Amino acid sequence: MVAESVQTSASPELDHDSLLSVRALQTHFPLDQGLVKAVDGASFDIRQGTTLCVVGESGCGKSVTARSILQIVDRPGRVVGGEILFRRQRRGAGKGPDGEIVDLAALDPKGAQMRRIRGGDIAMIFQEPMTSLSPVHTIGNQIVEAIQLHENVSNREAKERAVEVLHKVGVPRAKQRFDSYPFELSGGLRQRAMIAMALSCNPALLIADEPTTALDVTTQAQILELMRELQDDYGMAIMFITHDLGVVAEMADDVVVMYLGMTVERGDVVSIFHDPQHPYTRALLRSIPTMGMGTRTRLNTIKGMVPDPYDRPHGCPFHNRCGEYMPGTCDQIVPPPIDLDEHRQVRCLLHGGAPSSGVRNEVNT
Amino acid sequence: MTTAGHNVGTAGIAGDNVGDDVLLDVRNLQLHFPIRRGLMRRPAGYVRAVDGLDFVIRRGETLGLVGESGCGKTSTGRCVVRSYDPTGGEILYHGNGTQPADIAKVKSTALKQYRRAIRMIFQDPHSSLNPRMTLRDIVGEPLKVHGIASGSELDERVASLLQTVGLRPEYMSRYPHAFSGGERQRVGIARALSLDPRLVIADEAISALDVSVRAQILNLLQDLQADRHLTYLFISHDLSVVEYLCDRVAVMYVGKIVEMADTASLFTAPQHPYTEALLSAVPKPDPLLRDRRERIVLSGDVADPADPPSGCYFHPRCPYAQPICATEEPPLRDLGNGNSVACHFAEELDLRGVTAHTG
Ligand SMILES: Nc1ncnc2c1ncn2[C@@H]1O[C@H](COP(=O)(O)OP(=O)(O)O)[C@@H](O)[C@H]1O
Ligand SMILES: Nc1ncnc2c1ncn2[C@@H]1O[C@H](COP(=O)(O)OP(=O)(O)O)[C@@H](O)[C@H]1O
Ligand code: SF4
Ligand code: SF4
Ligand SMILES: [Mg+2]
Ligand SMILES: [Mg+2]
Repeated sequence: MVAESVQTSASPELDHDSLLSVRALQTHFPLDQGLVKAVDGASFDIRQGTTLCVVGESGCGKSVTARSILQIVDRPGRVVGGEILFRRQRRGAGKGPDGEIVDLAALDPKGAQMRRIRGGDIAMIFQEPMTSLSPVHTIGNQIVEAIQLHENVSNREAKERAVEVLHKVGVPRAKQRFDSYPFELSGGLRQRAMIAMALSCNPALLIADEPTTALDVTTQAQILELMRELQDDYGMAIMFITHDLGVVAEMADDVVVMYLGMTVERGDVVSIFHDPQHPYTRALLRSIPTMGMGTRTRLNTIKGMVPDPYDRPHGCPFHNRCGEYMPGTCDQIVPPPIDLDEHRQVRCLLHGGAPSSGVRNEVNT
Repeated sequence: MTTAGHNVGTAGIAGDNVGDDVLLDVRNLQLHFPIRRGLMRRPAGYVRAVDGLDFVIRRGETLGLVGESGCGKTSTGRCVVRSYDPTGGEILYHGNGTQPADIAKVKSTALKQYRRAIRMIFQDPHSSLNPRMTLRDIVGEPLKVHGIASGSELDERVASLLQTVGLRPEYMSRYPHAFSGGERQRVGIARALSLDPRLVIADEAISALDVSVRAQILNLLQDLQADRHLTYLFISHDLSVVEYLCDRVAVMYVGKIVEMADTASLFTAPQHPYTEALLSAVPKPDPLLRDRRERIVLSGDVADPADPPSGCYFHPRCPYAQPICATEEPPLRDLGNGNSVACHFAEELDLRGVTAHTG
């Protein structure tokens, strides 16, 4: 048996334009039925003020990765390996390359520093707005509370800022809507109220976990446009989780593709769509119908399905579905991350990491 | 090819009638849900979920039904299978070519034969399959209820159906929880096929599935259609899938059809401003396109079907609205080429569709 390869990076350094760097993250759930390695080798960087899309099929560990960053993983799940380096700005200072670098994975989840970061420096929004909104308080009061939790401001100032941010996210008649309860708002407005609350403390990073998955395309288009505008105004970085490749193409600067808890490929959005290197990325892109291509062109499929989390394949997690599977190699060796380019990385033995004897070694850069 | 094994004796209603290619002819279909308030429980108004639909489905074709959530797609499908009783209108089913039967008015005892010919597949394969029933019971139940097979013959039929949808017959005595979302959707399809239906209504049947599994199920639906001469009413909010699968498409907005056309025309040259906006809102999976396109972002929300706007229901959100749009309702009218649209200005407007691009 080959040991799981865990990439260790002792350097506390961040690239000058990086806001967050997740390195060889592992988050496991020891359950009665077995150990679920929900995240097992996730590595990526989020650059200041840009959007990183995390894409992959359900169960591949997107949400657990996000929750690991904020240290809100459900018990008995726990970060068991890796680093989450975050460049923390002083409040009020600009969003620049300085600031202290903290390893979020090493912080006490209940400690004061993590509580300040959560909701202050890093905010999160969800698919279902009621995950973050309380049904028994007005949206205005909830935003005021969020602001006052992180900043020492008067009631009046907090209220002014709440109205301003509601206005910013496109809630019409924001002053009156301040006193609305969530159930009094339409789905689209509730989504906006949740975004307003997340942005109220001017976070450096907004994590959005499938924020538009439950919405109609027309409402989705509104919310995506809103998020782009808000990014221009506030300058925050966005980690956008989705399974929709169309949304990735619209939103991303950079992309990471996940499969069974592992980031199998990462790169800038154009490279990922036009020059994908991992067999899984290629297969995903081939399996979606593209509008304008006409009727009844048969779709390519990926054979089989995502394996059960208790029954992870040995070696490369994709090997039992991969069209380029190399027996004796892919089922034995966990592919190590191979750098193709500065921002481009792939984990596939075709690109390196396999013993050279008898193995194709095409490194395509 | 329909093999003898699949034919479960639907003679009398399933015989194909050459010459007349219409299988279902829906006229002015209406479904209004009463809104009850107060002690007297008297209706305080009506949700006009389906508000006067006209459409036909031809034998062997796939008709797509699209629109935002709440526009009445599911309600329409449920009227056709008569799990809802329509408030008004006709649903003419052309079974054997003699006299069409009006499913909207058939009494419940006589419904049985149509319930064999018209089956529905639902969105959520998890909640639509009874967790306490084995696959044998789930797939075989319709055969039992209709007195078509029992005992070892039932087992044989279930085994063959499971095989047809790509599941192993050995799984017959397992329960749904042991299966993935894609497999459960295959079970739902096997159950729908068990009575050898003519028309299958797929209501968001692939919407909850992951991309890789979705492609598998779409291909399965196509193979089944070819092998078993099925006709589909394919309900979906996903326009890229609809373009891929459907021959013709009907676009609904607040209980009404606003445009109906063959798929190529609808996608390349939409005639209704709402269709244009829907197409424009679909994210295209190519990052090189995003700066080149001008997106139409609709403002506001979908109208409330209990209190729709005056005139054209779409006028408060329509970028091309004129004064007449707020006062006069545009009828759904034929454009002469078999396609129809409900907009006062369809001829004057030059709307943008989707253009093919190489990814
Ligand atoms: N609270 C939990 N308890 C046990 N297992 C969990 C929990 N949350 C997630 N998992 C498991 O971790 C894996 C990754 O889940 P998740 O991150 O939610 O996937 P995604 O968001 O990509 O759909 C899945 O196998 C899931 O079953
Ligand atoms: N059983 C019901 N009782 C009352 N209103 C309903 C019922 N089912 C649907 N509706 C309403 O009818 C309208 C159409 O719903 P539906 O047919 O489910 O739309 P779609 O499938 O297009 O999302 C919606 O406004 C919905 O709230
Ligand atoms: S390592 Fe092997 S099995 Fe895994 S993706 Fe590459 S070729 Fe396929
Ligand atoms: S009738 Fe008027 S409001 Fe309605 S779609 Fe046509 S232009 Fe727009
Ligand atoms: Mg998730
Ligand atoms: Mg529906």
